Amino acid sequence: MAPLSDATTDETQDDAPAALPGDGVREGIIDNLRSHIGDQIVDTKITPNDDLWIRVTTDGWLAAGQALKEAGFTYFCFLSAIDWMPSPYGTGENDPDAEQKEPDTAIVPGYTGGDTRLQVFARVTDLNRHVGVTLKADVPDDRAVMESWSHLFAGANWHERECHEMFGIGFDNHPDLRNMYLPGDFEGYPLRKDFPLLARMVKPWPGIVDVEPMPAQDEEEAPPAEETS
Amino acid sequence: MTLTDRQQLSYIASQAADARLNVELETEGMTLNIGPQHPATHGTLRIICRLDGEQVVWAEPVAGYMHRGYEKLTEVRTFPQVTTLVNRIDWLGSFANEVPFILAAEKLMEIEAPPRAQVIRTILFELSRIANVSLFLGDLGVQMGAITPVFLAFRDREYILNLIEGATGGRFHPNFDRIGGLKDDLPKGWIAETRGAVKKLEEFCDTIDDLLFGNEIFQSRMRGIGIIPADIAKDYGLSGPNARASGIDWDLRRDQDLPLSYDLADWKVWTHPDGDSWARCWIRLQETRESCKIVNQLLDQIPAGPVMTKVPRIIKVPEGEAWVATENPLGEMGYYVVSKGGLGPFRVKIRSASFNNISIVPWALKGVYVPDVITILASLYFILGDIDR
Amino acid sequence: MPYWVTSLLRVVGGLVAVLLPAGGIVYLFLFKMMSFMQSRLGPMEAGPYGSMQLLAEVGKWMQKEDLAPENADLRIYRMAPLIVLVSTFLLIVVVPFGPSAYFTNFETGIFYALAVGSVSVLGILIAGWSSANKYSLLGGLRAGGQLIAYELPMVLATLGVVIQAGSMNLNRIIEVQNTGEIFGIGIIGNPFIITQFLGFLIFMIAVQAELTQAPFDMPIAESELVSGYMTEYSGFRFLIFFIAEFATAGVFSFIAAALFLGGWGVPFTWFGWDSIDEVAWWMNFVGPVIMFTKMFALVGVIMWVRFSYPRFREDQLQTFAWKVLIPLALANTAVTAILKVVF
Repeated sequence: MAPLSDATTDETQDDAPAALPGDGVREGIIDNLRSHIGDQIVDTKITPNDDLWIRVTTDGWLAAGQALKEAGFTYFCFLSAIDWMPSPYGTGENDPDAEQKEPDTAIVPGYTGGDTRLQVFARVTDLNRHVGVTLKADVPDDRAVMESWSHLFAGANWHERECHEMFGIGFDNHPDLRNMYLPGDFEGYPLRKDFPLLARMVKPWPGIVDVEPMPAQDEEEAPPAEETS
Repeated sequence: MTLTDRQQLSYIASQAADARLNVELETEGMTLNIGPQHPATHGTLRIICRLDGEQVVWAEPVAGYMHRGYEKLTEVRTFPQVTTLVNRIDWLGSFANEVPFILAAEKLMEIEAPPRAQVIRTILFELSRIANVSLFLGDLGVQMGAITPVFLAFRDREYILNLIEGATGGRFHPNFDRIGGLKDDLPKGWIAETRGAVKKLEEFCDTIDDLLFGNEIFQSRMRGIGIIPADIAKDYGLSGPNARASGIDWDLRRDQDLPLSYDLADWKVWTHPDGDSWARCWIRLQETRESCKIVNQLLDQIPAGPVMTKVPRIIKVPEGEAWVATENPLGEMGYYVVSKGGLGPFRVKIRSASFNNISIVPWALKGVYVPDVITILASLYFILGDIDR
Repeated sequence: MPYWVTSLLRVVGGLVAVLLPAGGIVYLFLFKMMSFMQSRLGPMEAGPYGSMQLLAEVGKWMQKEDLAPENADLRIYRMAPLIVLVSTFLLIVVVPFGPSAYFTNFETGIFYALAVGSVSVLGILIAGWSSANKYSLLGGLRAGGQLIAYELPMVLATLGVVIQAGSMNLNRIIEVQNTGEIFGIGIIGNPFIITQFLGFLIFMIAVQAELTQAPFDMPIAESELVSGYMTEYSGFRFLIFFIAEFATAGVFSFIAAALFLGGWGVPFTWFGWDSIDEVAWWMNFVGPVIMFTKMFALVGVIMWVRFSYPRFREDQLQTFAWKVLIPLALANTAVTAILKVVF
């Protein structure tokens, strides 16, 4: 164990703001990853000078994590899942007395696409290059099991436990997959969209109450944002 | 009324599941349950320790006594309603919870708040950091038996809370941030008041430095205890002062390009190479002083202008996904917002700092004495709302 | 005076000598001094400036339900607080308050006091064991280790005083201090705090540990063990522990005042007395006042340290006792003995 340092030491390596990554860095990351697990990368997305998404196959989930960790992404941010099915109960934000529109039941995934209802996603960060990657993978509909990241990143242990109890996704090789928040006998997977939020079932939201417009306020809307993906 | 067979079986099964842990532990040593009601834990955290004499052989935190299901709740709320929810995650520095969410929504809408709003947001952010960490500094003494600093902390924190109340209307839950800016402008005289309050907080930091950090007993209780090496810290996702105390030079205020005004002030990031409890606490003290400096500098630079850009009355955020994380008082807090073009989000993943910070507890508590359990937990500093969401 | 009158006087005097300091200490230091140090006011409602607060608290505790944990060993559980309080009463018996105002005049006064002072350890230990609560057990075991470890420095510190005074009788020790001279100057007598300064320090630290006050309050350790060995006690039994804690603080300070500060006396040269037999009768009334003043001063220091310092971990505590205090006390005794022979 190194000797403890003096209390007044303040070792800050860098006072000036670190150089923020341009897009060349992100493309380099994708190329590096391709060289390790090339055929398992399904889709990527870069928002310019902002962020990076990579979707891999279900079988490549652990390998992608390993490749990223070796490439310098040693900081584990989080791991969770998304259920892309629209909620059959609606979002409860509209007036319950008004005419109900046909609820939309199409499963439409987001960035980098997807073929299944459930997707796991995780984020890892490279602290030296100040860049992070969001990794996504489909969870097969028939057998909702993924490989566990807990031997790769120790912090994934708790995140996978929470993901398991909330979405019902199993994780192979997880040392101790039991409930994180919910009591032992809880039935159902709360964060799935078909699990109802009982509070809203019992007392529906009255909808957005009509508000008087503020005096002397223009009613013009902001220009609609263009999708530039 | 008797329970049905099914109810009884289900109850037994749940008890067995929870008791499985306890049964395994009864063979040797003593099992001590710290919490969920306990003077030391900052809320309802339960830690099951298996002791051998006074040494911990095995420790397991059990969270979830305060789980409120935020991620499910956000799915049925509109975007402005989510800020009310989100205030209550880290309730000591509440304004800081709203900011990443609002920034994510603004990123999806591709708008930016006007400069005045950005600077005021940053000032309020830093004020909530000061409020949060000053309570930590006082509470640190109580964990160890020094009962006086906590009163000083509460007294001096009132100045900050009064300021936040003056600007936003709420001491603990401001709910002030809006998509596109802030709800209101600052009241008259607020800037002068803030300068005075920040000065008092700087004196408080000096007092705590003398009273607590200079105390030999405090040092001998904290130095060399609970050392977390940098690579383990990164593996678990430790963030904020916990990570910087292990020597990781990572501060989201400096290392990211968010529309907050940290580049207008001249400040520095504190790290410490040791990674022990002392380092974690000391860094928080220095960061509080640094926050006071930032607030002082930003107060001189608030530009004139509106506090809100033009946004429609009913906000529909366009389809997309966005991740924004900021350097909250507890660590890195981030929101992954998935929007489908509706009034409210489709899915929000809340990445709270204390969840990762506490996941290291089983590793960190192996082989330490019972008093050091309390010290290590105190230095890791968690808030239950942050762990449990 | 008939025997029953003196006995009655002694009983009343003993109760007053134990409970009055306890009440005074609790109000002055625990309620008011601690509050002012923490920038708050303390109790203000009960009585003028909150002076009746302790009476109100006593009344509150006394009317609470007599609880005991289900698995507790009831007879021992009930005995434990009484043992702690009895040891305090046993201690006050040797403290003199004036030339003739004493309860008993043992020739081996201080020896008896130190022996009897360790009876409270038993009470604390059995409180911890009989509570059927793991926190209490931890607290009780810690207390056992700590209190026994700090008995030794206390005994060794008083050894220096005994050597210097040449007697174990507390009244004689007080007489020697008040008739003595330092380098021929008799104006302040010879309070042993000056020559036995190291002994005084060690004694006060040991007393702080014997009372389980911070920085030595591992057995109670509120943030870890809730209340340590006192966790399961409520109502009347907790009141006994509470009173015993502060009463013992008072009594130990009486003993420290007698050993180191000159006890109930002022330097006899101020009045031209040469020995204890010449002291005027009114000293029996002024003596208690002086004793109380000195006691409050010492307890003030104990409480001041208690409210300021965080607590030691028990292995640091034990290291401090065995590796620092005992060698120092032994050295102090050796030096005193040498100097006594030489001079």
